[in-house]
Amino acid sequence: MTSSPYGTAESHDRLARVVREHAGRLAASLIQVTGDFSTAEDLVQDAVLVALKRWPQEGIPERPDAWLFTVARRRGLDLLRRQENYRRKLARLRWPPDDGETSEPDERLRLIFTCCHPALTQEAQIALTLRVVCGLTTAQIARAFLVRESTVAQRITRAKQKITRAGIPYRVPDHEELAGRLSQVLAVIYLLFNEGYLSTAGQAQSHDLADDAEWLAALLDRLMPTEPEVAGLLALIRLHRARTAARFTPEGTLVRLEDQDRSLWDHEAIAAAAALLTRAIRRQRPGPYQLQAAIVACHAEAPRWADTDWEQIVLLYDMLLHLAPSPVTRLHRAVALRYTRGPRAALVEVDDLAPELDHYYLFHATRADLLRALDRPDEARTADRLALELTTNPAERTLLQERAAS
Amino acid sequence: MKYVLLFVETEEFAAEFRAMGPAERARAFERVNEWFAAHAGRITGGQKLRDPETATTVRLGAGEPVVVDGPFVEGKEVVSGYTEIDVADLDEALRMVRTWPGCPVVEIRPVETGPME
Repeated sequence: MTSSPYGTAESHDRLARVVREHAGRLAASLIQVTGDFSTAEDLVQDAVLVALKRWPQEGIPERPDAWLFTVARRRGLDLLRRQENYRRKLARLRWPPDDGETSEPDERLRLIFTCCHPALTQEAQIALTLRVVCGLTTAQIARAFLVRESTVAQRITRAKQKITRAGIPYRVPDHEELAGRLSQVLAVIYLLFNEGYLSTAGQAQSHDLADDAEWLAALLDRLMPTEPEVAGLLALIRLHRARTAARFTPEGTLVRLEDQDRSLWDHEAIAAAAALLTRAIRRQRPGPYQLQAAIVACHAEAPRWADTDWEQIVLLYDMLLHLAPSPVTRLHRAVALRYTRGPRAALVEVDDLAPELDHYYLFHATRADLLRALDRPDEARTADRLALELTTNPAERTLLQERAAS
Repeated sequence: MKYVLLFVETEEFAAEFRAMGPAERARAFERVNEWFAAHAGRITGGQKLRDPETATTVRLGAGEPVVVDGPFVEGKEVVSGYTEIDVADLDEALRMVRTWPGCPVVEIRPVETGPME
């Protein structure tokens, strides 16, 4: 133990980092030996709770990962004292885990794929991934999603029961199944990112889900370095995050891309993410995440709004629509079309989407923009009002309100 | 691990099936038979059930048991048969079901192996 006194905040911060880096491995190594997902995961969470209480008082241990492991293992032995067979198995556990039978990438991958199994609901997949792979507590997950802690706890308990009782295997899917299952995992990470990036809770969140999403994507990219869609998602997330500093005014109002101060962007991070994307694209297996990242890269690499390569962006949207058709993607393509074929052509495209997107605020906000460009202010105001009615995000509301008032 | 596959028919599926010509219907049966043959090693039991019109449902609970004609009353989806399989895990069951050529819904339920709770 280190002797210097640590403040509660500092030790919690440190613990959060240790947990994120090691909780997944801890759980994975415990499951490996016990064969039981639920028990292993409970042991890890118990150890985290003990750390939460003891580290602020006693100081952060010199090897926090080994400390957590020792506590988890000891509690496991206590808990299972009467089950001789289990006890023997747990007694074999070591930290760091042996690289003998299974390598670390396999263990962590298995964990991620099990948490994101398609037989679980997406809510359960997200809660389970955050808890088991990222090591978040139920309280942290509940705060991030603005739901009650008991709801999260119940979701996780049900999911773990289903894994055990429905016979969901603890493994990485076969090669033939991988494509479908991987897209499930990527969808969970991207959902987390969007929840954190454009949170319905505004900026008052106590836990940064975007940070967790980037970490998960980076972990997955390290574990599956030959999957271009994984690299594509990581590049997409990093390209978005590189522009974070310019997205809000100091008062918390959302700043539109065209009005952002580009000197606030992290150009080094943009270049690194673009290089990562280029490497992924060289594998010649295009996918929705690589294409979305390429579109964001077009925006991020333009020195000024006026320099944006709209022809390229429209082309990328066409490819994206071919791979993953969706009305929202068509809406975004129409926005780009405004700068290549003019607002009139764009409005025709947008109006076509009314039956599918009438309930979506961005549909009306886009129409308002185009109507204003076509000098039809009354219709634009009506569209702005509709957009405002459909927005719950406070930052977006402020932006729309300011526009409606001007 | 043992699972029961519950084959569920929908109204649409039943209508499509009725609209089939004899040759087309024979081909549909053929595909189902091929599927059973292909997975024979994993199948440990099961039956096709007679039409839902032949079903009788007993609702127990409040007072006297209520006996009604047909399956669950407003049921737009009805179980038309079941098959018991013995496979390694849910993923193997899912792989099997993915190639099922018959009705559009299949429920996969693990068989309880422990004591009744």
